[in-house]
Amino acid sequence: MPRIRLWLLTAALAISGCGGPFPQSTLHPRSDFARATDVLFTNIFWWAAAVFVVVELLLVVALVRFRHREGRPAPRPTHGHTLMEIAWTLAPAAILVFVAVPTVRTIFATAGEAPADAVKVDVIGHQWWWEFRYQELGLVTANELHVPLGRAVQLSITSADVIHSFWIPRLGGKRDAIPGHVTRIAFRPDQLGDYTGQCAEFCGVSHANMRLRVVVDSDSGFGRWATVQLAGPAAPAPGTLAERGKAVYARSACIGCHTIQGVSPGVIGPNLTHVGTRTTIASGLFPNDSAYLARWIADAPSLKPGSLMTRMQPPLTDADIAALVAYLESLK
Amino acid sequence: MSEARGLKSWLTTTDHKRIGLLYFWTAFIFFLIGGVEALLIRAQLAQPNGHVVSAETYNQLFTMHGTTMVFLALMPLSASFFNYIVPLQIGARDVAFPRLNAFSYWVFLSGGLLLNASWVTGPLFHAGMLNVAPDGGWFGYANLTERQFSPGPNIDFWLLGLQVLGISSLAAGFNFIVTILNLRAPGMKMMRLPVFTWMTLVTQFLVITAFPVITVGLVFLMFDRFFGTHFYVHEAGATPLLWQHLFWLFGHPEVYILILPAMGIVSDVLPTFSRKPLFGYPVVVYSGILIGFMGWGVWSHHMFSVGLGPIADSVFAATTMLIAVPTGVKIFNWIATLWGGAIRGTTALHFAVGFIAMFVIGGLSGVTHASPPADLQQTDTYYVVAHIHYVLFGGTIFGLFAGIYYWWPKMTGRLLSERLGKWHFWLQFVGMNLAFFPMHFIGLLGMPRRIYTYGPDLGVSTLNLVSTVGAFLIAVSILVLVYNFVRTRRRGQRAPNDPWGGATLEWSIPSPPPVYNFSVIPTVANRLPRWRTEHHGPMTDPPAVPPAPIHVPGGSWWPVVAALGLPVMALAPLTHTLWVAFLGAAVLLFGIYRWAFEPFEV
Repeated sequence: MPRIRLWLLTAALAISGCGGPFPQSTLHPRSDFARATDVLFTNIFWWAAAVFVVVELLLVVALVRFRHREGRPAPRPTHGHTLMEIAWTLAPAAILVFVAVPTVRTIFATAGEAPADAVKVDVIGHQWWWEFRYQELGLVTANELHVPLGRAVQLSITSADVIHSFWIPRLGGKRDAIPGHVTRIAFRPDQLGDYTGQCAEFCGVSHANMRLRVVVDSDSGFGRWATVQLAGPAAPAPGTLAERGKAVYARSACIGCHTIQGVSPGVIGPNLTHVGTRTTIASGLFPNDSAYLARWIADAPSLKPGSLMTRMQPPLTDADIAALVAYLESLK
Repeated sequence: MSEARGLKSWLTTTDHKRIGLLYFWTAFIFFLIGGVEALLIRAQLAQPNGHVVSAETYNQLFTMHGTTMVFLALMPLSASFFNYIVPLQIGARDVAFPRLNAFSYWVFLSGGLLLNASWVTGPLFHAGMLNVAPDGGWFGYANLTERQFSPGPNIDFWLLGLQVLGISSLAAGFNFIVTILNLRAPGMKMMRLPVFTWMTLVTQFLVITAFPVITVGLVFLMFDRFFGTHFYVHEAGATPLLWQHLFWLFGHPEVYILILPAMGIVSDVLPTFSRKPLFGYPVVVYSGILIGFMGWGVWSHHMFSVGLGPIADSVFAATTMLIAVPTGVKIFNWIATLWGGAIRGTTALHFAVGFIAMFVIGGLSGVTHASPPADLQQTDTYYVVAHIHYVLFGGTIFGLFAGIYYWWPKMTGRLLSERLGKWHFWLQFVGMNLAFFPMHFIGLLGMPRRIYTYGPDLGVSTLNLVSTVGAFLIAVSILVLVYNFVRTRRRGQRAPNDPWGGATLEWSIPSPPPVYNFSVIPTVANRLPRWRTEHHGPMTDPPAVPPAPIHVPGGSWWPVVAALGLPVMALAPLTHTLWVAFLGAAVLLFGIYRWAFEPFEV
């Protein structure tokens, strides 16, 4: 059957041919939550595969064996067979028990509250970026979530505008960010690394561009990161380009939307106090380098359709933009 | 009987067969439009960072693709068979309310045109072409669809179009329930109905119960957008989740509205071509009814990621998994029908078997996301896109195409080419598996759905390219079907009354049937009236010439006039012009008034 060949071909493609390393693969879990769902899925998959093979085999055998041929007697007009019908009603029901029991068990296992020592983070979805608030640390950042290895992480998720869905496939299943509701997930990452995720609920024109990163760091690494984030912003040295950039920032529309601690209090866009420490900009879309920063400041909507950060009127001069870029990069 | 010809005869027709053909061609054209939308989507996703269309256009394309295929292609393609075939299967001369039937069609057409007008009417709203088509997804989640976040007329087109289409579906639903319950020929007991008619009946009960729910949801949304109410606005103490509950309370029964007619077609096609009665007829019928009932208790499985809590998740997981039982029973009964038969490999049988083979895959992937923890990884990814296409393309479309090849000779008097039919089937079969099977992997590897672009780093570029190739292969197969239609019209072999040796009443009369269908209303003595079985011989077909004159009602202008009032009313909110609403209402009421007082005799 071409279907089975095709299946194998596609499987082969997925396993070998097309690039890897699959940074958002649900099949490569790296937390207790993601492993629990993966185990459950694998369990159901094999039941499904077995049913698939049985049903398709019966179908093919029937088609081959009972083809019409001249001279064969007319088929017996069977109308049914009660016992057989009862049997194939009970068989799927029995299989479903083997699916339902681990399902319910996993539902309750993954729905539990995180332990008291969990890192608690409030996640707020915005069109089209993520805000992270570490209430206990008094720390606010955007688009790049840092968590320590081995400790439980408890996310409380909501939205500032429309419904989004928070999803880092290798660390756990998704949860919707719903305005007026707080939803929770908890997981315990079990391997250091950078993980990517993205919004999974259609949330408007740049839904595809609402990505995020999670950095699972060692306990000490996480501590160092938190210390840096808690400190005030770096003050540019006098006479540098960055200092001129700070002046441009302070007199431009930037301050209406962005927070830089001690400089501006805006809350519409991401907090920029330590934007220089992030690896990406524009919600995980581009590397955080001077070229992209300059293009982003000059014309964000051309890089991210619908971006609420519109082109500035009157436009900033190239010199101003260069100064701003230097300033933002200095905010380590 | 002389067949009236010309445009007027089609505009005023109340003949269920003509209305069936109108439904068919209208729905088929919408199917082609929805297909072109799908091709554009696949072209955009063929490679990472695609630039075929913009983000704005892409969002309109996937919204209109889903909306078009569900409401303008699959449902009305089923409706074309309800119209054409159900009265013939129960031995009736027409549906119970022929003018209401015409009204349903014209309302459907105007709703479809209204929705699609959004592609080209941008300039009227001070926007470019291709700018004001609906862009909130076929599921239209509030609060994204509120005026605050979707200020343009896009969502207005969607919610008004769907309301108009809902009226069409409701009118047709009541009409077919009354028809099937009341117009059966003597002896056609309920448990002698062909399974297609049975599934039509179940589907219509789902329609009349599910569509009011979405209508309520749409009216709330319309009030929010036009009159400043706050049904879905959390700042006012409401919640956008209300929309999700209303939408899926409709949306899941809607899935069964789409699949049950196809299951009915398969249940009629398989016995004919294996020359064997349907195995376990009562069980197939009861399981269809059961699926209809159970479809009401599972809606929250579309909302597991909302976080309803472990109790609710467990309950909806259990109800959802339970649906696999009656569905599995049907599949085993179909295979048992083939078992021991004398199977003739006609194109119709190919598609019916293709339905079983593909629907099983969709059903099994469905079980994987009936499990909430697993679903949390799968929902809103391409894995679910694969699932729905195995169910609605591999299932519904294959079933409907089986119906096309099976009943085409009855509906047009000519047989479709079997050679082209086989080409169509195999191209479509390979194409659909190429297009949709890789999507399982694409989703599991972390690509969400409804995104207009993805990065090469995701590792799904090759799989996406394969999927796009498959989509274009499907398009080629559909071109073969269109060529088959065209060729058959001129050169197709003339169909006798019964080209297949069918057991049911529609094969006892000429192809296409005369206006009055049955020269003499048959008396039905058993479930397979035209077959010889161990218990009975075949019935005598009605004579070619009616022994006595048969009264056939003439046409009427009033259904089309009344139907025209609805899109006019819909223009009022779109253009923010109050008097247009009164104009539309006046047209509707005038049409209904004249309709009510139309002389009985023509």
